[in-house]
Amino acid sequence: MNSFKERAFKYVFCVLAYCSLLFLLGIVLTLVFNSLQAILNINQLQFFFSDDWAPYFYPPIFGTLQLVISSFMVGAMACLIAVPIAVCTALFLFELASPRARAFLKPFIEILAGLPSIIFGFFAMVVIAPWLQRTFDLPSGLGAFTAAFTLAFLAIPQIVSITEDALSFVPKSFKEASFALGANRWQTLSKVIIPAAGSGISTAIILGASRVIGETMVVVMVAGGATALPESIFSPVRPMTATIASEMGEAAHGSLHFSALFEIGLMLFVITLILNLLATRISKKFRLKLGHGR
Amino acid sequence: MATSTNQSEIKVKVENLNFYYGAVQALKNINIDVYANKVTALIGPSGCGKSTLIRTFNRMCDLVPTKKVDGQILLDGENILEKHTDIVSLRRRVGMVFQKPNPFPKTIFQNIAYGLEIQGIKDKSLLRHKVETSLQKAALWDEVKDRLNQSALGLSGGQQQRLCIARALAIEAEVVLFDEPCASLDPISTAKIEELILELKKNYTIIIVTHNMQQASRVSDYTAFMYLGDLIEFGVTKQIFTLPKHPKTEAYLSGRFG
Ligand SMILES: Nc1ncnc2c1ncn2[C@@H]1O[C@H](COP(=O)(O)OP(=O)(O)OP(=O)(O)O)[C@@H](O)[C@H]1O
Ligand SMILES: [Mg+2]
Repeated sequence: MNSFKERAFKYVFCVLAYCSLLFLLGIVLTLVFNSLQAILNINQLQFFFSDDWAPYFYPPIFGTLQLVISSFMVGAMACLIAVPIAVCTALFLFELASPRARAFLKPFIEILAGLPSIIFGFFAMVVIAPWLQRTFDLPSGLGAFTAAFTLAFLAIPQIVSITEDALSFVPKSFKEASFALGANRWQTLSKVIIPAAGSGISTAIILGASRVIGETMVVVMVAGGATALPESIFSPVRPMTATIASEMGEAAHGSLHFSALFEIGLMLFVITLILNLLATRISKKFRLKLGHGR
Repeated sequence: MATSTNQSEIKVKVENLNFYYGAVQALKNINIDVYANKVTALIGPSGCGKSTLIRTFNRMCDLVPTKKVDGQILLDGENILEKHTDIVSLRRRVGMVFQKPNPFPKTIFQNIAYGLEIQGIKDKSLLRHKVETSLQKAALWDEVKDRLNQSALGLSGGQQQRLCIARALAIEAEVVLFDEPCASLDPISTAKIEELILELKKNYTIIIVTHNMQQASRVSDYTAFMYLGDLIEFGVTKQIFTLPKHPKTEAYLSGRFG
């Protein structure tokens, strides 16, 4: 009886544990299956290297270069803004802040992490966009930079929390050794703790980048929506996610357009998959380096 | 050689030292004279304050925010517990080796050079020279001379501990503190460290915390026995181990508690 119960438990848990794997498999298969039509019927050279996206023309043109460039441009700018702020925040919280300052600051960062992205979008539309428009005298406040700026704040909490984990993984004994050799706080931080946590911090940054590239709502709302190649960092753009989100509703089920959008989704999947694998590899190496794990 | 140093030269003099973690008093009116070029062992049961005491000698205890200290510790006659004490130069003069070997996740060379580089020494040939001499002093040079650019984490525990000793010697420490340096080492590595300590005392003043009575009697010239934050007995090691004056010392050494 007891052993039966035990076995039953084991199976239930086992099935549940594999659920997410099945789901992932389902997602990949759906992406590939629905992309097939586009892959077979659109010249793939044109698909990847043309910067003309005109699905309603006859014959339609499906070039995604400018969408990919927009995604990377917005993502890179967001990281450029987010990484220094987030890493400094984590260093401050972990190393420098008094317990009281930490207790004050942390909840706010956690609240920021929990906000739905559409709220960030609202804020960006109503506050950041008009402000940028006035400051830089732009025709419209909605554009790549506005999106990047907003996405940066979306990514910051995550980068902060993973960076903090990386820092806390650094054994305290390194810090003691450094102090005992006459190093001051700053030297210890910059020459021992940050290098020791370096690959952990890189992981944080890569995961942040992956989050930013995959984020949809904010870019739909504030990136501007133009499908042309961006001319400046303030140009209105339409990253991959925004393109899928705004056209999926109109594309006829089973049409070439519909399938092309799926292929963009497949690209996104591959890009974020690569980023995540990279992050896992780096963080594993980091743990080994510090003597944790195997 | 420095071996001819006057018998009675005091390197570190602890006077009426009291130490508190918040409201808890961990050291109670400690008085010890640490003689130059001698090995002084601190022994006593767990929690009696040995680590606390040894960590006041290089002010590592400052890392505890709730700590409170009064009394004096005179290093070459100068009180190091003053507010204006230059901690950086103090820690250069008083090196420390920890219980668990704690090399940085850097190369062997970088580990030794670290303490010099933070002093602003950039001259490569000087660094190389100092790395070599300190590794020699720590009896590690022959084992690592061909792998200076490999990670220090690839060394064995005993080698890592000698690397940590070399690291402390590189910054030209005068006093070296050892807090249970062999606690995580095998007997052979332990023997090597003990041999090294006996060698080092020619040029350095050494204070060592140990739970191993044999070790204390083998390596030390003076022994301090502590109990619940009090210094119960302090004297020449031979005398402490053969003719302890205090009944508590005797009880501890004969293994009746601790
Ligand atoms: N950071 C700290 N905060 C508060 N109390 C502490 C702290 N470190 C040590 N203590 C307390 O101070 C007392 C002395 O501790 P200490 O570490 O000096 O003992 P020890 O003799 O080194 O013991 P062991 O042989 O186990 O290493 C103990 O009662 C301990 O609980
Ligand atoms: Mg201790």
